[in-house]
Amino acid sequence: MKQLTLLSPTAILGYGFPDSSFERGISFGPDVIAVDAGSSDPGPYYLGSGKCFVSRVAVKRDLTYLLRAARTLRVPLVIGSAGGSGAKPHLEWCHDIIMEVAKEEGISFRLAVISADVQHSYLKDAMWDGRVKSLGPVPDLSEADISESTYLAAQMGIEPFLKALDGGADVILAGRSYDPAVFAAFPVWKGYNKGLALHLGKILECAAIAALPGSGSDCMMGFLEEDCFMVEPANTERRATVESVAAHTLYEKSDPYLLPGPGGELDLYKTEFEQVTDRRVAVKGSSFREQPYTVKVEGAKKIGFRVITIAGARDPRFIEHLDEIIAGVEERTIGNFQWEKGKFKLMFHIYGKNGVLGEQEPHPNAGHEVGIVIEAVAKTQELAEAVLGFARSTMLHYGFPGRLATAGNLAFPYSPSDFKVGEAYVFSVHHLLSLASPNEIFPVIFEEVGS
Amino acid sequence: MKLVELASVIRTKNAGPFELTIDVIFKDRETYQLAKNNNILNAALIAELYNVPESDILTAIYFDPACAFKATMKRKMPCGDLGENDIYGAQQHAPLLDLEVKLGDGDEHSDS
Repeated sequence: MKQLTLLSPTAILGYGFPDSSFERGISFGPDVIAVDAGSSDPGPYYLGSGKCFVSRVAVKRDLTYLLRAARTLRVPLVIGSAGGSGAKPHLEWCHDIIMEVAKEEGISFRLAVISADVQHSYLKDAMWDGRVKSLGPVPDLSEADISESTYLAAQMGIEPFLKALDGGADVILAGRSYDPAVFAAFPVWKGYNKGLALHLGKILECAAIAALPGSGSDCMMGFLEEDCFMVEPANTERRATVESVAAHTLYEKSDPYLLPGPGGELDLYKTEFEQVTDRRVAVKGSSFREQPYTVKVEGAKKIGFRVITIAGARDPRFIEHLDEIIAGVEERTIGNFQWEKGKFKLMFHIYGKNGVLGEQEPHPNAGHEVGIVIEAVAKTQELAEAVLGFARSTMLHYGFPGRLATAGNLAFPYSPSDFKVGEAYVFSVHHLLSLASPNEIFPVIFEEVGS
Repeated sequence: MKLVELASVIRTKNAGPFELTIDVIFKDRETYQLAKNNNILNAALIAELYNVPESDILTAIYFDPACAFKATMKRKMPCGDLGENDIYGAQQHAPLLDLEVKLGDGDEHSDS
């Protein structure tokens, strides 16, 4: 019987995995090791700034295990969404770590590097050509959104990976990728069903998160056959159950039945899940429907600099008057910096009242104490510091009716009290781009490492 | 009865930076079927709970394979915009925890 074995070591490269799980995963004799390194979940800062949300030490640790194992077994290692956001600086960062590991371990391999950057001028032209559209509840794209984005990266489908495999790559390092494609590429290259391969990839990209108990830092195995696939966690203390696997199909997706991706959508209307052993689930019936080829383009832009302070308040009278105190502090701050109007924004997060849900909080009742985060975002670092500092000292000494504690309203846990968070970014591009060919903007470059 | 008594999972999470998705997984297939038959969760109810127009609810669907209900809504603001208070969208489920639902006639002593 034809079967392909896939090892997904961890949910995100750098999240780690236990040695024992990895060894057990390797004992299954995987035909490919694949790992997703990215996510847009941690917010716009990482794509916008070109930084990674996982530490270099943690990524190097995982890559050392993966490169060693892949070269020992002589199987491909596929890495998608390098450096978290998969744009140029993220790809270079991960490339640098791979080179360092190869040198230290004395291993050699043929590396394919696939970049996912979209040139600003290319996207503008595409926009005027009508090849760009909003993805879901996203505003229409403007020239300014494109110009102001620091980096633009598109999520590649399986085709650039196929090109890398055709070219004899032992290790594939890809920029921003559609998560399931990182896992589905090798099986599709081997002739397996695309719908099943992509659905398997959708589960494997989060590794043992789809197991019970779930974990983002443990290995998951995939076994792909001609008309079904099976998943089983490598760690014997976890199980894959019909519930855990079916529930994961919902995870982070808008619609559980139709999962759109590059070049088409995964259709799960006929998908069936079956418990085949205590720890293994079989899945069949998933199919892929080809559609005009589009990819998702992501971008973030810098809006200024952020400074915050953290304080507690334990005075019931202060807490009782908090809304009017905040309004007063805002008014005083805006008045004090009125010549900078429109260049800064002051915000308050009141933990213990509605810090998590904001205006949607069904019980906005403060308890006996509240945690306050004051946040200032401004066009310049100096202005952000000035606004935050003014708001902090104004709130500390703000007078209100019935005030007893006239020495100060806030308890600061730290000195210094104010924290420079750094540059602040927002998402500026989240749009679908039509491509003439799946490989159009994803060049594959080969290099011989360590030889 | 309360929704929390019928569910094994009640969660929210970003579905991309512009959408928030709610998953409710029922504790067993029988409960799920009753919930689905009575349509105890739906777009109008989610809109009311989160105090948003119903047009912000992009999907509201029952998913048989996972005994689950899923609703996806427009995010209050794009992830990470000024005023954000939950980057991952992972703690927006609380309004569902208080929800009282009716499973219809015979829900207490169902022998189906």
